[in-house]
Amino acid sequence: MFKINAERNKFVVKILSDNFSEAIVQQEVILDMLCITVTKEAINPFLLFLRDNNELKYDFLTTLCGMHYPEIDQLGVVYHLHSLTNNHYIRVKTATELSNPVLPTATNIWPSANWMERETFDFFGIQFQGHPNLVRILNVDDMTAFPLRKDFPLEDQTREDKDDSMFGR
Amino acid sequence: MAEKQNSILTPTTAAAPEGISGQGFFATSLEKAVGLARKNSLWPLPFATSCCGIEFMATMGSHYDLARFGSERLSFSPRQSDLLMVMGTVAKKMGPVLREIYIQMAEPKWVIAVGACASSGGIFDTYSVLQGIDRIIPVDVYVPGCPPRPEQIIDGIIKIQELVGNESLRRRNSAEYEALMKKYNME
Repeated sequence: MFKINAERNKFVVKILSDNFSEAIVQQEVILDMLCITVTKEAINPFLLFLRDNNELKYDFLTTLCGMHYPEIDQLGVVYHLHSLTNNHYIRVKTATELSNPVLPTATNIWPSANWMERETFDFFGIQFQGHPNLVRILNVDDMTAFPLRKDFPLEDQTREDKDDSMFGR
Repeated sequence: MAEKQNSILTPTTAAAPEGISGQGFFATSLEKAVGLARKNSLWPLPFATSCCGIEFMATMGSHYDLARFGSERLSFSPRQSDLLMVMGTVAKKMGPVLREIYIQMAEPKWVIAVGACASSGGIFDTYSVLQGIDRIIPVDVYVPGCPPRPEQIIDGIIKIQELVGNESLRRRNSAEYEALMKKYNME
């Protein structure tokens, strides 16, 4: 696990709120890891700033994945970033509407976002604008659903041998 | 000891089929002779994707020794095998690959589905897993279990041998077989 560094968290928050005060929706520290939520309009310049700012240098995209909040009809993306030079981790979240799930791509900032965005598209249906090849990566090509959305039925719908009364339905 | 002789783990030599024998000759039907030869020299193609494959490795090992039943030689080329053994979970994305392997096998060919996953999808009742390989290829014998014991796999092989030994030489040309292939959109 990463080293706890509360001082560094405060320092990062100060730089970010100085530069993106209106874009930051929420900031919190969960299990000593700094987590910042930004609006989707600001996400691309925000990520670019995190990478290129000389004090921050989040040069490594650890992971990226989708989220679904069915009660507020939103889809989100969470980015885990790592600054190799400062040995500091940060989590960045953003959200978009379920009806029009469009977000800008991060492939122009970290090329490693390519396959992770494809996976997020595959499972959540988030359209990453500017992605060079946004097609399904893990599921079968002819799939039409987005299986990790909460409204997707967990069980295979083509089974005929299951007796509902055995499962309390 | 007599009881042990009847156990599936101690096979006796293949019994001769019905026929007329005399001094220095034995006559039987071609069908029975071919069936005898085929059933005692099956070349299995192991399509092992998960834990059932590990049980199969034990089945091929010295303790259970599948070779005693004439399946000494595993074939890793579909063109040189006559028994496709599907052992383990088959993801939907793997489905077309499995189908292609089945199509590449030369007639006559048999299929055994080993374990719950290959037979019905097993515990993986989910969008990404094929709910039984019989959705894409015809299956002759199903071996239940999660995973099945090597004894069960051997039992399945012996069931296959019964099918192979008793199969009519004309079965693969029959209208019934053609309808079966048509059902799976083959040929």
